[in-house]
Parts: sequence; structure tokens; C-alpha cells
Amino acid sequence: MPTISVDKAALFKELGREYTTEEFDELCFEFGIELDEDTTDQDRPIVDGVQEPPQLKIEIPANRYDLLCIEGIQLMLNIFLGRKPLPEYKLSQPAELQEIIVKEDTTRIRPYVSGAILRGVKFDKARYESFIALQDKLHQNLARQRSLVAIGTHDLDTIKGPFTYEALPPKDIKFTPLNQTQEMDGEQLMTFYEALIYDSNRTVCSLPPIINGDHSKISMDTTNIFIEMTATDRTKLEIVNRMMVTMFSQYTSEPFTIEPVKIVSEHNNETRITPDIAPRVAQAEVSYINQCCGLDLSAAEISTLLKKMSFRAKPSTNNTDSIDVEIPPTRADVLHQCDIMEDVAIAYGFNKLPRSFPSKSGTIAQPLAINKLSDVIRIEAAMAGWSEVLPLILCSHDENFSWLNRKDDGNTAVRLANPKTTEFQIVRTSLLPGLLKTIRENKAHSLPMKIFEVSDVAFKDLSLERKSRNERHFAAAWYGRNSGFEIVHGLMDRVMAMLKSAFITGEETLDNPAMNDSSYYIKELDDPTYFPGHAASVHLRIGNKDIVVGSFGILHPTVLEKYDLKNPVSTLEINIEPFL
Amino acid sequence: MASDLTAPILDVLSASDSPILSSDAFPSDPSSKVKSSLDRLATRQMIEYEAIDKEIIALTPEGEEIANNGSHEAKVFDAVVKALDGLKIAELPTIVGKDNAKVGQGNAFKHGWIKKDKDLLRATRDSIVDVTREHLLTVQRTKSLDDTKAVADLKRRKLITLTKEITYKFTKGPKYAREFVKEETDLTGDMLINGSWKDIQFKPYNFNAKGALTPSGALHPLNKVRQEFRNIFFEMGFEEMPTNRFVETGFWNFDALFVPQQHPARDLQDTFYIADPLTADGPREDPADDPHCPKKTQDKPLDYKKYWDNVHDVHEKGAFGSIGYRYPWSADESLRLVLRTHTTSISAYMLHKLAANPRPARFFSIDRVFRNEAVDATHLAEFHQIEGVIADFGLTLGGLIGFMEVFFAKMNIHQLRFKPAYNPYTEPSMEIFGYHEGLGKWVEIGNSGMFRPEMLEAMGIPKGMQVYGWGLSLERPTMIKYGVSNIRELLGHKVDLNFIESNPAVRLEK
Repeated sequence: MPTISVDKAALFKELGREYTTEEFDELCFEFGIELDEDTTDQDRPIVDGVQEPPQLKIEIPANRYDLLCIEGIQLMLNIFLGRKPLPEYKLSQPAELQEIIVKEDTTRIRPYVSGAILRGVKFDKARYESFIALQDKLHQNLARQRSLVAIGTHDLDTIKGPFTYEALPPKDIKFTPLNQTQEMDGEQLMTFYEALIYDSNRTVCSLPPIINGDHSKISMDTTNIFIEMTATDRTKLEIVNRMMVTMFSQYTSEPFTIEPVKIVSEHNNETRITPDIAPRVAQAEVSYINQCCGLDLSAAEISTLLKKMSFRAKPSTNNTDSIDVEIPPTRADVLHQCDIMEDVAIAYGFNKLPRSFPSKSGTIAQPLAINKLSDVIRIEAAMAGWSEVLPLILCSHDENFSWLNRKDDGNTAVRLANPKTTEFQIVRTSLLPGLLKTIRENKAHSLPMKIFEVSDVAFKDLSLERKSRNERHFAAAWYGRNSGFEIVHGLMDRVMAMLKSAFITGEETLDNPAMNDSSYYIKELDDPTYFPGHAASVHLRIGNKDIVVGSFGILHPTVLEKYDLKNPVSTLEINIEPFL
Repeated sequence: MASDLTAPILDVLSASDSPILSSDAFPSDPSSKVKSSLDRLATRQMIEYEAIDKEIIALTPEGEEIANNGSHEAKVFDAVVKALDGLKIAELPTIVGKDNAKVGQGNAFKHGWIKKDKDLLRATRDSIVDVTREHLLTVQRTKSLDDTKAVADLKRRKLITLTKEITYKFTKGPKYAREFVKEETDLTGDMLINGSWKDIQFKPYNFNAKGALTPSGALHPLNKVRQEFRNIFFEMGFEEMPTNRFVETGFWNFDALFVPQQHPARDLQDTFYIADPLTADGPREDPADDPHCPKKTQDKPLDYKKYWDNVHDVHEKGAFGSIGYRYPWSADESLRLVLRTHTTSISAYMLHKLAANPRPARFFSIDRVFRNEAVDATHLAEFHQIEGVIADFGLTLGGLIGFMEVFFAKMNIHQLRFKPAYNPYTEPSMEIFGYHEGLGKWVEIGNSGMFRPEMLEAMGIPKGMQVYGWGLSLERPTMIKYGVSNIRELLGHKVDLNFIESNPAVRLEK
């Protein structure tokens, strides 16, 4: 969520009163923004001998682009407080419209362009900085680092329309970038075809998405501002245009009046006048709003509440259950009547809504079977004197494979595309790396260490929709002066007994099979993870199947060396899903 | 016990009915050793004793020297007296030594014993009393000195040191005996068989010490808190969701939840994408033999193709009363595989199942989620999300608030307030703040909301059915509850095993 820093004194002046930090925090809370910080009592930076005045740092919901500058925050709070009405945004009707003529070549780079003009703007330092900052915020958030939309603002008095939007090979572009003195050609800047905006004198205004030209740059003295925007996303392009002009048309000589620009773009049917600042008219159902809010308001009462949220609303003439809502150009976040319903609830006050408890319907609680099974094993292992640990699920490729003397056949592990560290290369296919790392980090603990985990590993499985599946494992590790091999073996026997599995040797059953759900046996295992002759595979006979569910043994000394362990370790790891 | 003084103490007392001082009886034994033997006898009422704190004064090597040979100033006086016609100041160090000359001259002046006469020193009297030496001799003899001012002065001059010495004054107790009878520490089976328990004297139990450490396993603290949350959900009629599925598709993790494809949460900076396997299939029926999937009932079949198309439409053009996000929706983006960033992907999967037979339902899960975040004290790439979902007809926002009051009261949080917030898949969205008595402030404890109608209707959930969703992390309330400041001390391989083994049982309502 973006955080906006606004001048405290300036905002309170606009709001017509002083607020204590607590009072302002409360106002923000009710409205749905969050006061992060009030810098009044902090060490504030000193720039050019002047200390920065107290700032309010306000967290803005990610979809409220109309709150990304002080102009918007003060306007929406003033409307919420009933101190100001929503401005009537108007398009002026100049004798001749400025035009941006779009060449078809731009289609393959950034196909859309939009524009607007603000006439007779009076900047001061604060307004100018806010104007620049809003572009930055829009670029960062909605425009995804300019990839979706890029804004260029120009001093209209330094350039002359009609403008063209074209795409040229870089070598044909001569251009002085913003705040540079040397003219460069496009090849020095870019190597591919470039989209760019020319004025009628073939002055390059900008090279979207990154660079604006130095020739037409705006300053605090600029009064007539030409705004051009290019985009790969048409919806966001128009949102950006509306935000720029609605926020800053309050400083034009005729407030809230915007001079439109004609876009001539025949090849893709995008010829039109921009910006489109007409409110969008939508209907909202009175019964739906009342039902969701648990209220019993009339259409008129709802309309009044909606005014606080910058809507113009009135009961529909032809339908008693309907309200006609004008959604202003500032409110790009409203997509569905649920968004209008939420604003009714905010205007009413979330914390004033009648509270109830949803108790009409009875439902039946139910644990997930695999979690219930896991709990049985977890509790048995803990009762047997073992301590539960919770290592991470992501690990390095080496930890999961080569450090355990295991080979990656390429068909086993889920591999991440963009981890920030080598610690997180794959999703573990075994619980052992986490157990061994836990021991490594706990060498100060008394010996022996007896730890276990019951949790998921994941495997590639191309037959499934998600191309992967989890598998619930139980694993334990012993770390002590001696190997603990028989002790780990005994823990496995205990857990098997608790899961009603009978031990068999060959065909001979040591436990009474009639009393059990399954039976198991172990076989010597030759596996490089383990010390030769001291490992076994665990075989489960369940239903009519005989399956290998896991193994246990003394870890091979080369494994211990990789994990930096000085004493012998025995481990056990089994897949518990067959017991479901 | 070779060093035990039990027998000697009883011996000393046999000859005397009056109190005895340990410093007299056992001057060379350390007081700790004396005390352990006295305690042993005292607990059996064989003796009684009291401890006497005494300040012991000892001479430093310099103090020792002065006690034997006189103070610096006395030496200076003697030298001056001996030189009948006065002593040249310059000669003083050669006669009494450099150190004596320096300190002694000053002190002798101060006492008024000598005076200066041009370059000569002359005595003002015939004899003096060397008070310093007298004091130090007293100390040497008695290890004490009554004159507190003098003690302070000598200490300052580093001629003496002060130490505390504890001596014990002991007398016979009511059960005094000449001999210490051998005692048994424990009642044994043999004693019961041979009846010796009747005559044996048992060693008194030490009620001030802890018992023997009991060997014990332990459950992980975070899982103990998790179990408390699970119990709360079970108490309130919730069914646990099959969250044993770390890898998700972009479709379930984002698109189905109406998260647009350009949303920052889908950035490489925030989400782990999967390199291998690379591409998912579109949503389809679960495999028939998957034991984790919800059991199929006689519900009407779900049309997965239709669902996919609905999601596509609602993003790209708008549908179900929504104008949508109006951008070209990419099927490829939806088929990218990710590590789930929230368990809400499973909630979407469960709600879509519910659409086959829309009915009141309560679901929950507590499981691991993954974020491609830089690791610090409060962030790990993995944590646990607690999530609850309630689907019913005619649910209200006030009902969600009311439900949260009951839910959080079960963990002893009684003051809640709700802030409007933004979340792509819930509208309204409310951040839940709870008043933390200990911290004395409002703390954000969770997020909640009602799922967006265009998300639910795309699944086939009927229009009149509302669905609440809420979530919180398992780690954060655990950290607040137990004062853990670093998440790495709670989850992962760096957690201290001693912390796991000694963490008390959890009752969230306490």
C-alpha cells in the first residue's frame, strides 16, 4: 500500500481546523486510510538551512489513486466531513483542439495515447512538487513502473501542435533528455524501435516510457501544461489521465476546467477526445445495500450517505429498489454495486453498524483426515520423549540431494524460478534437511537430541492440474554420542503399534494381525544416505498392497560432514498417507 | 564425606552447654563448609545456630610495614630530631628514603611536629605519639578498630582492607546426640519386606530444591497455538480445508480471487514462481482417488470450462454486475505455477465446490504460505496463515463484526474495532484491530471482508449467498502473546530447542 507524506499544516488549513494526532488518526480510521506517522515530535531533516515542516504519513488503500496527493486527500476528507461538495469537472471548448496524431507503427510498441491540457495553472513550490510527486506515485503503482502507462508533462508554450506519436528506428531520433545538455541520438539511449512524441516543429517531447525531453520541460513558472500519456493498457491510461486532471484542475485559471485533446488514431479505432471525465452512471439496489449492511435505510437516506463518499446519488424514478449513482472520474475503484455498498457502510460507520451473530445455520465441524492422522503421530512421538521442530519447507538443492548423497533425477523436486537466496531453491522432497539443520543450529543443547516433524513435502506430478502434489511425512532424528539406531527403530515400532500395524518377520507375525489394520516389516537397505549395513526400508502391507513407505538408519559420515555434525545421527522418514 | 564437619561440631558441643563460635572452633575452615554441616545438623534439630556478620580489618603490606617500623611522618620526625641543628630539606630523602620523605614531610607539617626554617627542618617538640602506628598495631592484634574515623582514614591511605566475615554461634539443639546416625534417603521395597523402615532414620527432604528433571518430549510452541486456533474453529462448527497443496496455479491463487494480472502481488518480487514444472493445466475435476479432496456428493456436476471462461470475462470485460478490470486477460499467466501466497486459493477451490450444492458452510485452515520477501525480524519467506470462511444466505456486515467479537473473545481479546480497507477479493474489507492491554494500544490482528459478488457468481454461487472471509497469521499473535520479537526464533531451523522444550502449554483464553 502506498504511503503519502503530506504537509500537516497545509492539510489542516484545507480541512479548516487543527486536529490532535489522536483526532486525525480517528478521522483516518473511520474513512479507511491509516495515519502511519506524525513527524511533529521527530528530528526532521534540514534542507538548505530550513527544517522540513511536520509531515503526516498516510497509508492509502492500493485502489484509491485519487488519494495519492494532498489535493485528493483534502478533497475527499472535506467531502466526507460535509465541508465541500464534489467539484463539477468540466471540459472547455477551445476554438481549435490540440491534436495528437498516432502513427500505426506505434501499435507494436505502446499502442495507446491520451492527452489533456491544463490552462492558466498557478504553481507554487508545494503545488509543483505535488504535481511531480503524483506522477511518480502513479508511475510506481497503477502504471507498474511505467510499463503500463507513462506520463509526460510539457510546457505547452515551448512546443506547438499538432503533435505526432510515432515509432522510429533509434538512429533517426535526435533528442536532448530531460535535464541533460547534450543532444543524443536514439541509439545512444535504446537499441530497438522507439515510440516518441514530436511537436509540429519536429521537437521530440518525449521517448516513452522512460524519458521526457528537456526542451519542453515544465517549471514552477509554467502555466499551460500539456499532458501526454502513452500506454499498453487502455483502461489504466484513461484512469491516469483522469487522476492527473481532476487533481490539478483545481489550480487552473478556471477551476476544475480541463482543455481536451483530440487523439487521431484511425488504424485502431482509437480516435477520440480525451480525457473522458463524465461520471459513470450505475444503479445500486436498495435491498442489496440494506441486506449486506444489516440496515433499513430509504433510498433517499442511502443517497445522502453516498454524498459523503463523493458520489452523486438519487433514488431511481422508475424503480423503488434502485438508486442512480454517478461515479465521479476520481473513483476508478468502483467496479460493482458491492463497492457502492461498502461506501454506504463506511459513510454510516463500520463501528456503528448493528452487530449480530450469524446463527441461523448449523454446520458440523470436521478435521481434515490427514491432519488428524498427523496429530496422532505427533502426540505419540512427543509422549515417547521426542521434541517437535518446524523447519522451513523451502531449501537449497544441495541440502535436499547431494548433501544426503541423493541424486536428482529431474522428475522429483519442484524448483523455484525466482528465489532471492540459494537457501530457497526447491520445495523439499524430504524432511531430513530441516531436521539436520535444526540439530546443526542447536549444538549447545544437551545430548542426546531427539527431534521429529510431521509435515508435508512436495513432488512433481505431471498428471495433476497443479503438476505437483504434497505428501505428508513423519521424520525423526537422533543426535548423540552413540548412533541411536535401535532407538529410532524403536520409535518407528511404537508409532506403528499406535497406528495398529503389526510387525511381521518373513511370514511370521509377532503381533496379533486380527487386532490390527495393517502389518509391516523391514529389510536391510543399501542406500548411500546411510551407513552401510545400518539401514532398513520400511514395508507396509495394507489392503492388498505391499508398499515401501520409508526408511531409517544411521546417516553416512559424509552426510554428517556436509551438515557439519560431529556426532552420529540416526534418522527415520516415512510417508504416512497410506494410513489414511 | 571427608571434609564434613558434622562429627567435629558434635564433638565440640559435647564438652560445652554454652554457645561456641565457629571462628574459635574451626578457624581454618571456610564458612561455606561450616554452614553446610551446621545446616545438616540444624534441620535435624541436633543443634541451633545463628550467623554473625563481622567486619574484619586486615593490614595491607604497607600497613604491616608501618605497624612494625612506624609511620612515614614519625620517621621524618625522628630524623629531624636526631639532627640537632635542624635538617637540610634536601638531605631528607637520603636519610629516610624517597617515599617516606614525600608523604611523611607533608603529614608531619600537618600534625605541627616540624616547621620550616629557611632550607632547614626543625622539630617543634621533643616527642610525639605515632597515632597511625598505634591504630595499625591495634588492628594487627585484634583485627578490629573502634575509631570509625580512623578506619576510614586508614582505608583511604590503603593501609588496611575491610572484609566481611561470617561466623556462626552454635549450641546444642533439642535432639542433640553425640553421634550422627546414618540416614537413608529413600524408602525402598527391601525396607518394606524386612520391616526396617520402622527403625530407620530418613534424611529430611529438601523442600527448597526442584525435583528430578523429568525426561519429556515436546510439541512445537507454534503448533500448540495452532491447535488452540483449530479448537476454536471446531467449537464454532468449522470444517478443515485440504490445504496440503503448496503449489498452486495463477488461476486459483489470483485470477479466481479477482486479483488482476498486473497486481503488484503477482510480481516476481512478491511471489515465488515455479521453474520446473513450468505450466499448469486449467481448472478441472479432481482425480477420483485423491484421499484429500472433499468427498463427492450427489451434487450437480461442475462446469470447469464455464468457470474458466467466467473468470476470463469478469477480468477482461466485466460480468455479473461488474465492469471488470478491462484489460486483455492472459490464459498463460493464469497457468503459471506459483507457491501459494495465501491459503485463500484453497478457499476459492472449496467455494467453487460449494457452488455445486450451495448451502451454509464454514471452512477453515491453518497452513504454510510463501512470500518472496527479504528475511528480517518480522518477515520470513514462509509463515502460517489462519483463514476462516463462512458461506450463508443473507449474511450482513454486522454479522461478520459480531462473529469476530465471539471469535476473538475466545482468545481473550474483547475490544475490537474495524477499519475500512482494500483487498481485491473482498468488498467490504475490514482490518480488525484489537485493544492490547499490555501494550496499551490498538493492534492490527487480522483482515476480513465479504467476498466480491463477481468472484462468487463466476463460480456459480447464487446471488443471494454471501461469504465472509478472514485471515491472520499464526506467528504474529504468538509473538505478541509470548513476547518473541524475532520470527526466526519461532519458525525454522534456527529455533532454540530449549525454547521448544520449556515453552508452557497454551490456553489462548488466558
